[in-house]
Amino acid sequence: MIGRARFAFGVLAFGYAFLYLPILLVIVYSFNESRLVTVWAGFSFKWWHALFHNDDMLSAAWLSLRIGLASATLSTILGLAAGYVLARVPKFIGRTLFGCLVMAPMVMPEVVMGISMLLLFVGGEQYLGGPDRGFISITIAHTTFSLAFVAIVVQARLADFDRSLEEAAMDLGATPWTTFRTITLPMLTPALISGWLLAFTLSLDDLIMTQFVAGAQSQTLPMLVYSSVRLGVDPQINVLATIVVCIAATALIISGRLTRQTA
Amino acid sequence: MNKVRGLSTGVRAVIALPFVWLTVFFLLPFVLVLVLAFATNSPDNAPPVELGLSFANFKLLFSDHLYVVAWLSSLRIAAVSTFVALLLGYPMAYAISRADPRRRPLLLMLVVLPFWTSFLIRVYAWMGLLAENGILNQFLRWVGFGEHSGTILGTEWAVHLGIVYAYLPFMVLPLYATLEKLDWSLLEAAADLGAKPIQAFLTVTLPLSLPGIVAGCLMVFIPAVGEFVIPDLLGGTSTLMIGKVLWDEFFTNADWPLASAVAICLLVLLVGPIAIFQRQQAKSLERRT
Repeated sequence: MIGRARFAFGVLAFGYAFLYLPILLVIVYSFNESRLVTVWAGFSFKWWHALFHNDDMLSAAWLSLRIGLASATLSTILGLAAGYVLARVPKFIGRTLFGCLVMAPMVMPEVVMGISMLLLFVGGEQYLGGPDRGFISITIAHTTFSLAFVAIVVQARLADFDRSLEEAAMDLGATPWTTFRTITLPMLTPALISGWLLAFTLSLDDLIMTQFVAGAQSQTLPMLVYSSVRLGVDPQINVLATIVVCIAATALIISGRLTRQTA
Repeated sequence: MNKVRGLSTGVRAVIALPFVWLTVFFLLPFVLVLVLAFATNSPDNAPPVELGLSFANFKLLFSDHLYVVAWLSSLRIAAVSTFVALLLGYPMAYAISRADPRRRPLLLMLVVLPFWTSFLIRVYAWMGLLAENGILNQFLRWVGFGEHSGTILGTEWAVHLGIVYAYLPFMVLPLYATLEKLDWSLLEAAADLGAKPIQAFLTVTLPLSLPGIVAGCLMVFIPAVGEFVIPDLLGGTSTLMIGKVLWDEFFTNADWPLASAVAICLLVLLVGPIAIFQRQQAKSLERRT
């Protein structure tokens, strides 16, 4: 028994070390005095100061944030509808196609989605005169991609939930809309919040589709990070990474609390 | 309500909203890729294509050595990385599923947390680690060997490492989900009947956790085949992967029709794994309802 416990401890220690050591080192080196990310030259807030005075970085972050808010909200609305249909409407014409369409973006390689989205926007520009490539096209691409994740969360929550409450409400004369508003929606709230957070994170993080559909003028945070990282390591990216890890941890704790409360 | 033939207007609207969105922004673009894959590149026009029905792009993809190698090495790299992720993820999922129930949420959260941080930044973390003067090489030198060791960054090893690192959470979660539901009394029964622990594991635990293994492997394999960021940042010029080829055809060579044909080929490659994955997801959802 002792052997087994020790084995489990060893496995977990190794696994978590593998997952966290690289991130930890990135965080530590964000406080490095030297420009080199490989040599420790003393503690400094130099790069933190530089990042917060980097105008390109700030405007890219602002654009990413706006796209994240818009696409997370849109995909939560669409994902709620899609998840509800998948869980509660068993039969209608085209249901199989509907199911495939909702789930496919999750398994579709991002490069393929990127190129296909761009072709759509280029075609739209040519024949319809819009939309401009930038905020709108990126938001649409992100929404299409993340609504699948929201739909899955919503569908799973509805599948776990006892239908009899909804049926009772309807037996007592509530209209479908009232039933949805007073029974289904409140019970889905935790799922919707974690779905929104997931969509927001996916949007903030997306590089590939964004690179395809962004026009020449717009640059999101991942695009900026990518173009700077390609040239080599940059301490300002370490600072950014530290901030992102802190935000992610907070978001995860919130969504973890929400799901546990209702589980 | 749903049993009644003909759905109410409200339900219809709820169906139509995502349906229309996905048709316009997912299905239609996909058709465009298909159309463009049969077109030819003509750099003089404003959108540099000439529509038509030409198989030249596909012919090129199957005759040019570069594309065939990229195809095969994408599959190989994805398969090897998936296997390594399984070797690392299975013991982790197993250990978490046998841990104190009160500690499990925290342990699971620690597996998921990296997924919520930026993918790009996690790959970036390995750049500093694996570089020529990186922390890993410094460590190896300090320990005493590695004087003549080369650099891992820019090799296929780095790509494997990056994929395993980035997709490990996708492996651990489905494995944990099946292992957690496993009836441990079966193992006790096996032990009572004289099975050695390794025998019991091979004949009871492993077969019963097969759904988790399949789901986890597909969740790593499918995105890994089309991966772009990892081979671009960690791999070298010799690492060919199909996602990177598509990217280069599109952004560097501006050959949209060829890039579309590469996209179609990439999808063909993934049809099998995706179909298995979808069927399994449907099955596991059925079991829940």
